[in-house]
Amino acid sequence: MATPLVEMKDMSISFGGVRAVDNVSVDLYPGEVVGLLGHNGAGKSTLIKILSGAYKADSGEVFVDGKKVEIESPRDARRHNIETIYQTLALADNLDASSNLFLGRELTTPFGFVDEHAMEAETRKIMAKLNPNFQKFHSPVKALSGGQRQSVAIARAVYFNARILIMDEPTAALGPHETQMVSELIQELKAQGLGIFLISHDIHDVFSLCDRLAVMKNGQVVGTAKTTDVTDDDVLGMIILGKCPKGAIPGPGALSSADAA
Amino acid sequence: MSDDTLSGAKSPTARNLFNALQLDTRLLGMIGAFVFICLTFQVFTGDGNIFKALVNGNFLTPRNIFNLTIQTVSVAIMATGMVFIIVTRHIDLSVGALLATCSAIMAVTQTQFMPQWLGFELGNPLIWIAAIAVGLLAGVLIGAFQGWMVGYLGIPAFIVTLGGLLVWRNVAWFITSGQTIGPLDETFKKIGGIGGTLGTTWSWVVGILAAIAVLAMQYNGRKRAQAHDFPTKPLWAEGVISGLMVAMILGFVATLNAYEIPTRRLERMFETRGEIMPDGLVAGYGIPYSVLLLIAVAVVMTIVAQRTRLGRYIFATGGNPDAAELSGINTRFLTVKVFAIMGGLCALGAVVGSARLGFSTNDIGTLDELRVIAAAVIGGTALAGGVGTIYGAILGALIMQSLQSGMAMVGVDAPLQNIVVGIVLVLAVFVDIIYRKRTGD
Repeated sequence: MATPLVEMKDMSISFGGVRAVDNVSVDLYPGEVVGLLGHNGAGKSTLIKILSGAYKADSGEVFVDGKKVEIESPRDARRHNIETIYQTLALADNLDASSNLFLGRELTTPFGFVDEHAMEAETRKIMAKLNPNFQKFHSPVKALSGGQRQSVAIARAVYFNARILIMDEPTAALGPHETQMVSELIQELKAQGLGIFLISHDIHDVFSLCDRLAVMKNGQVVGTAKTTDVTDDDVLGMIILGKCPKGAIPGPGALSSADAA
Repeated sequence: MSDDTLSGAKSPTARNLFNALQLDTRLLGMIGAFVFICLTFQVFTGDGNIFKALVNGNFLTPRNIFNLTIQTVSVAIMATGMVFIIVTRHIDLSVGALLATCSAIMAVTQTQFMPQWLGFELGNPLIWIAAIAVGLLAGVLIGAFQGWMVGYLGIPAFIVTLGGLLVWRNVAWFITSGQTIGPLDETFKKIGGIGGTLGTTWSWVVGILAAIAVLAMQYNGRKRAQAHDFPTKPLWAEGVISGLMVAMILGFVATLNAYEIPTRRLERMFETRGEIMPDGLVAGYGIPYSVLLLIAVAVVMTIVAQRTRLGRYIFATGGNPDAAELSGINTRFLTVKVFAIMGGLCALGAVVGSARLGFSTNDIGTLDELRVIAAAVIGGTALAGGVGTIYGAILGALIMQSLQSGMAMVGVDAPLQNIVVGIVLVLAVFVDIIYRKRTGD
């Protein structure tokens, strides 16, 4: 089998005695979409924040292309072409689209000054692809609609040649049309060979977009499965009860048969 | 709502023409307030009916405008730094005290340390240069230290600088043993005010160079926008704005040049040079060095705010600290930098302040923290963070100073003066809040 694009092995992190992520291992292959599911507080967002450099894990190892890497800050993650679209979008509301798109990675002139015009030109180019209706290049992001803000956040993740994309509830705040656009984008990026972690509450979304899924409960992995091997009800059982169905590979968080009985 | 419909119905074309200028309406509002204040005091300091008073008032005379500008410089310099502090959602209550410490350090350096301990002759040019360098270093280090406590130790800036207000005020006292230190170095004093001006000829040179720079910037900006096929303002709009700016620069220079050095003072200046003044000679003051310093600070700080990564990160952090951090910005170190800049500007404020007095006094800079914060806030810096401009803060400082000296000229009682300034501060912020609600930004 090919080397995974990302492999997180035995990750753990605690906050004030609570094990938010407990011995979690997940992996992701090129051109694959892996859904992360679970209740609120199951540890999904915390897990991906370790990968994106926002949190530092207490223990565990991360491999990119089979090589062990240390991710201590968002900068490290970006260096390994790991890009994240956060649930909160993480946009500076007072700045315009291009400032947000290039935040932390500004284009500069030969004198070292920020090259606003070049950044705006690049922003116009990528927005023309992602959201052709987008026109408000000079307004602060807070003046934009939810969908427009989302497209700025997506543009930021996609622009810098991401290989590993983390999407935390990318469609939660969107209308049906915009949700459709995001779905098409995920298909397209997948076809380009990116690996995508998709966090979602919408089981329907997960089944239509993901190749595999991993379910978490109380900071542990209940099980991982190919979406073709399990049913909606199986997945619900995993999320709510922590019961690992036949088609799935059980994780440390799965109910043992003794518990089940 | 109703405003829009009203003005829309009145004359849509005038409105369209006005929109084409793409002016910053908030800036216009501030300039409007400033002009209103000036005209009001002009009328109240004049004689006769309103129209006569507008002409013969004492407020808008070259002399008063000159004084107003040199009185504003110290606070305005610090206010530009306060913009960065407030934009990153912090506050600095220690600027007046820090100014006092820097002033004391510089005064001791130039009157005692350099001449007495190191044996430099009084008047040696190294003295004033070294004094400023030491003062700047002290300001930057103290500022950085406070920023470190805020950024890395997580102590709220309000507390750190409230403590700093007490500490640095009294460190200054310790350094000087509570004495007034002076007289300061002759060259150093020139940075402060009336004794150090460019003279008419050089003032015109500076003014014309500034006008050329403004035109070049407008032209370049337009050309670059066109190179990327961005929408640009109509040519006539660029022309109107450029014309206004050039007129303002040259008008300012002409006003400062029109303030003539009193004949007796001029005679003394010639005497000290061992020359005899030609009969009937008239000379204007021109631009004070302190104002040149303020302009330099304003230009540099504006460039930092708009054209550097540091400035971007300051505004991004103020807008959304979490987003800034997730974008890989080291917000803790950024806090140190912002407070270090503030410290350095306090030192520059101290240079101008003590040089203007000719001495370093024990109470120098008292209550300056409030003036500086008020200037930044009146200038449109939002305490919620993320919003603020350098030119706004300078205009805010100018508005505060005009109010204060205008009321003094009219003869308003001292307690009433402060009451008015306090009310204006609150009112200005209230108007700004309404403005932001209406425009939605």
